[in-house]
Amino acid sequence: MKTDYVIQAENLTKLFGDFAAVNRISFHVKAGEIFGFLGANGAGKTTAMKMLIGISTPSSGRATVAGFDVYKETEAIKKNIGYMSQKFALYDDLTVKENISFYGGIYGLSKKAVKEKSHKLIEELNLQAVSNSLVGGLPLGWKQKLAFSVALLHDPKIVFLDEPTGGVDPITRRQFWEMIYKAAHKGTTIFVTTHYMDEAEYCDRVSIMVNGKIEALDTPKRLKAHYKTDTMNEVFLKLARG
Amino acid sequence: MEITVANISKSYNTVTALKDISFGVETGELFGLIGPDGAGKTTLFRILTTLLTPDNGVATVSGFDVVTNYKAIRNSVGYMPGRFSLYQDLTVEENLNFFATIFGTTIDANYDLVKDIYVQIEPFKNRRAGKLSGGMKQKLALSCALIHKPKVLFLDEPTTGVDPVSRKEFWDMLKRLQNKGMTILVSTPYMDEAALCDRIALIQDGRILEINTPKAITEHFPKPLYNIRANNMYLLITSLQKYQHTHSVFPFGEYVHYTDKRNTPDKTALSQYLKHLGLTEITIEKTKPTIEDSFMELAKK
Repeated sequence: MKTDYVIQAENLTKLFGDFAAVNRISFHVKAGEIFGFLGANGAGKTTAMKMLIGISTPSSGRATVAGFDVYKETEAIKKNIGYMSQKFALYDDLTVKENISFYGGIYGLSKKAVKEKSHKLIEELNLQAVSNSLVGGLPLGWKQKLAFSVALLHDPKIVFLDEPTGGVDPITRRQFWEMIYKAAHKGTTIFVTTHYMDEAEYCDRVSIMVNGKIEALDTPKRLKAHYKTDTMNEVFLKLARG
Repeated sequence: MEITVANISKSYNTVTALKDISFGVETGELFGLIGPDGAGKTTLFRILTTLLTPDNGVATVSGFDVVTNYKAIRNSVGYMPGRFSLYQDLTVEENLNFFATIFGTTIDANYDLVKDIYVQIEPFKNRRAGKLSGGMKQKLALSCALIHKPKVLFLDEPTTGVDPVSRKEFWDMLKRLQNKGMTILVSTPYMDEAALCDRIALIQDGRILEINTPKAITEHFPKPLYNIRANNMYLLITSLQKYQHTHSVFPFGEYVHYTDKRNTPDKTALSQYLKHLGLTEITIEKTKPTIEDSFMELAKK
């Protein structure tokens, strides 16, 4: 397999009994790319993502993430990726600083590195005034920005974002995307799922899963041209409705 | 007016959830509360469904006061809370039966009203509610909220976390219910759903930013709006943010939405400025504002 791809999947499959939740999907993600991973509820996105981040063993097929094998090198994968989801990101009962040092520790950063990164990150996010406050009391938008930064703490090659912007106001949602662009600009690969179709347009390429299979994969521009529509929302509706 | 809200305020300890909120919903209207998490939408729903009492102000539903006449309201409204709150250990059919019985009716008596929705989950009627997928839970919750034929339906973020296909189906269902004469108050964080309501209230941080028809709200957008595109999105955003005449810059799909302090930008000068910073394939075109543009402009103040 070629190594300039950060993710490579070939016929990746996950069966639950005789139900194929993920059915022979194949795709590549390039370094520094913003890759949108779309699909209706139940299409198999979460199952596919779990295999890629090394917490679920595929039934068949091959895949590597950051150069590591999803069957045999799951621990190495976990060390080389960042992960953030809307549901689980930070500990509400820890302060901003404690969350940062906790994750820094988990990812094996030295105390000195944690201290430096923590300082820089709090300054960048403008969280000085609340650095010793419990995360649980922060507005959702702040939490999400912090969670994203924490997911990047160990300079992963790739970061997986599972519906990162659900529920936040439109301004914060855009500030969040500016952070994504910034990270991608620096070379971090972004793998993101979302239900906001305008966010699909922010991606370099998007894949759309329908019933366990990838039914479309291209740049938003080419997908719109191919399906003869003006928006990704219409592309999605056309595909997911079958 | 089927719902009236006058100067309602509510605080939790030091946190103000609602600040002097007033609006009315006409009988048969589909009215949307549009705003992000923490805007106060759920608090307002709880007050109107008599589960919370306001600190100040007066509200009525179908002519009944939410504080003094709460029992009458509970009998005549349907409420679908944001969090799934049916009995996970009861089957689909048992849940629906339970809600029908509580309100002194039967599934058969009002089957007509829930039929459209319920037929989609009927094949799974013996499955426990806790084992349903998200989309099916949502349909069951709506069926349970409808089974006693309420005059007013309260739906708190029924489509949050739901994919665009299911969201569209859900809104089609709401339109059908509205056509049957029901008054519907629905909240959503998705700005694109606002266009499907008769009128909307944009809400943030416990305050109403504006109330009007979706069309009127976008028509009130104060400045000409431009779509700008270039070869590098990140560079384009950061460059525009530094531009001296910029009023607002927001990524919008494949474009950046831009407004100028002078209202009408000097397109040539702006294009030159962007080229100078290394951008290519620059296009600048006028575009129409969406509800989301209006929301952001109002929220900025």
